[in-house]
Amino acid sequence: MDFKDSPDEAAFRAECRAWLEANATRKTRPDQVYGRGLNAEQLMAASREWQGRKAAAGYGAITWPAAFGGRGGTPMQEVIYREEEGQFEVPPNAFAVSLGMVIPSLFVHASDEVRARYVGPALHGTELWCQLLSEPGAGSDLGMVRTRAERCTDGRDGWILNGQKVWTTYAQFAQFGMVLARTDPNVPKFDGLTSFFIDMQAAGVEVRPIRQASGEAEFNEVFFNEVFVPDTQRVGAVGAGWKVTVTALMNERLSIGGVMPPGLWKTAAGMMREASLNGASALADGRMRERLADLYLNAHGLWLLQARGLTALGKGREPGPELSIAKIVGARTLQDFGYLAIDLQGERGVLAAEEQGEAWRLVEQLWFGAAGMRIAGGTDEIVKNSVGERVLGLPPEPRTDKGVAFSQLGS
Amino acid sequence: MNFDFSDDQKLLRDELRKFLVNESPLSEARRVMDQGLSHSAAVWSGLGGMAVNTLMLPESCGGHGLGALELCVVAEEAGRQLAPVPLASTLYLAVQALLLGAGEAQQLRWLPRVADGQIATLVAPLDGSAMVRPRFDGKALHGNAPLVMDGEAAHFAVVLADGPDGRPLLVVAELDASVARRRLATIDPSRGFAALAFDATPAEALDAVDDAETLLDTLRNRAAILLAFEQLGGADSALAMAAGYARERKAFGRAIGSYQGIKHKLADIYTRNEMARAHCYYGAWALSCDAPELALAAAGARIAATDAFGYAAQENIQTHGGMGYTWEMDCHLYYRRARQLAVALGSRHAWNERLVRELEKE
Repeated sequence: MDFKDSPDEAAFRAECRAWLEANATRKTRPDQVYGRGLNAEQLMAASREWQGRKAAAGYGAITWPAAFGGRGGTPMQEVIYREEEGQFEVPPNAFAVSLGMVIPSLFVHASDEVRARYVGPALHGTELWCQLLSEPGAGSDLGMVRTRAERCTDGRDGWILNGQKVWTTYAQFAQFGMVLARTDPNVPKFDGLTSFFIDMQAAGVEVRPIRQASGEAEFNEVFFNEVFVPDTQRVGAVGAGWKVTVTALMNERLSIGGVMPPGLWKTAAGMMREASLNGASALADGRMRERLADLYLNAHGLWLLQARGLTALGKGREPGPELSIAKIVGARTLQDFGYLAIDLQGERGVLAAEEQGEAWRLVEQLWFGAAGMRIAGGTDEIVKNSVGERVLGLPPEPRTDKGVAFSQLGS
Repeated sequence: MNFDFSDDQKLLRDELRKFLVNESPLSEARRVMDQGLSHSAAVWSGLGGMAVNTLMLPESCGGHGLGALELCVVAEEAGRQLAPVPLASTLYLAVQALLLGAGEAQQLRWLPRVADGQIATLVAPLDGSAMVRPRFDGKALHGNAPLVMDGEAAHFAVVLADGPDGRPLLVVAELDASVARRRLATIDPSRGFAALAFDATPAEALDAVDDAETLLDTLRNRAAILLAFEQLGGADSALAMAAGYARERKAFGRAIGSYQGIKHKLADIYTRNEMARAHCYYGAWALSCDAPELALAAAGARIAATDAFGYAAQENIQTHGGMGYTWEMDCHLYYRRARQLAVALGSRHAWNERLVRELEKE
């Protein structure tokens, strides 16, 4: 066992570091957040520009096959790059869904023509893709998608799309979107779905940002009103939409790491040292010391879980099922950290970053972000169901929708 | 990055598991408990046959060049079966003390006895408490040791004593007929604890000790990692028992494991177990290369594994309902062992403090 870079890994790390030194500014403290004073549009522009520079230098999609413009690199190299990038002040990554989930599903399910046209601009950040999955009535139970795609009856070779999506990340900035739609309501729910991609500027597509609980608007509602979609924009066979979606979600599962800000427990220890409790430094208090230990155990434990996953990948094996718990532990740890940080400020804990200073921005983002992270990409409860059933072999709950045509299901 | 056991170590794991599942089922721990035995002689000698007690020994003393990572594998598999054998006292404590504090010639006098199957133990408080120490007069030990793991069966012991000049000193003692032994009643009678009284018990000072406290500190960290693997094995097997029952047991017309109340509970156990596993592996790495992070890794493994085993054992009873509370079901064996292991080497609260002190150094 060892945690050392192999000679190849060390060389790659040095290469990344040299490139980053030449192209970005090194952080002066680990909790520094990029983009002071920039609005959402400006941040997105910066993110696109940064993605373009990365892509030009060969860091735009490290694990993609070279045939699609990627580096053909290993997941370990991806992690090495992220570790190094984490030490620099760079724009937030807006391309996790676009390049991590949607485009890889095109590799598997789309035609050569489609790939030749769309993969390059996505990689270079000039075109952003979003993923149109969840609906008001289809969240955890994603198979309940109601958005309809019906064959054109006017002689055009294509489909007419009607319905509504929700929780679509970056839809307001995206050029294209992958849509999961129902093409046959008379078969069981997972069998009647088909995937399409659409131009987000097409007639009949309307995007309305959702104001999140935190006040920001990262997600959107997207409405389809008689949107024409050419059949050439169908991805995979008619009725194979669920399979295409699962490919994308599998890619999400493998995009591990990058969730925990580095040095989180050190940040907490610093806050405890400065805060006072019972007339002494909070770090002298036994309860605080337990909290600090918990934070370290979770944060470092997640890093170790990832190290196990990477070791498996490095040996050409699938990572074990233990990675499925990372999101539960990660989100809860960040939420705990947010509470702790606010509590340590006493009455001043009520103040936002505008008043407390930029260093507070991270706390605010994690505190609110964690509440969303516990829901996004499968709620804690859904993940626990999946651990119980797939890992521990427990029986599923009885289901009333199995084998029943979608049209026969009550809402 | 290579954060996993090797294929050879996994092969060893498979062999050990096969042996222990057959020779040390939970009924063996129960037999030791029911009959008031100190340990299972059959399982101990069987493990000896697999060369387990030569792990980490130098070749001159019967070792085979296999080491710390293999011993972690042994600990996990023994923990899984709640094997009633003196692994901790002999291999995690006494042997480690001799490896750290005895010169070559002295090691050659004592360690081959472990390779031959003898049992050894450590007589020193490892939980930070101040215990009255036996007195060493230069040749022999006098006085009492109130709490000694495997004290009933041990052939020799490393003892923290007051030396002729009154200062604490580590000695190794022959536990012969001069030692009066009294078995102690404990919360986990599948493991033996005894009070010892030394009456001119022959002993010699460890001859390569710089500072006894420093040595005990390192020893405590090494033992914590190995014990954490026993706890991890126990936690994993308690979860397997609970999941097995939840798949079979029906209530209100379906398996209880299909209810989220049970399913999510078991997923929570799994989560703690896997976090503990990550920290245990980190400990194994630190142990195997004597890393500067040893103290931090030991505390992390120790706390995570203690919490995981405690939770798995208690919720295994809960999952079994009333059946889980009977003598006949094995749930209480885990419940007992989990608590026994939780306080060996000091409680999680003491380890928590050790962890934070290490964090403060970073």
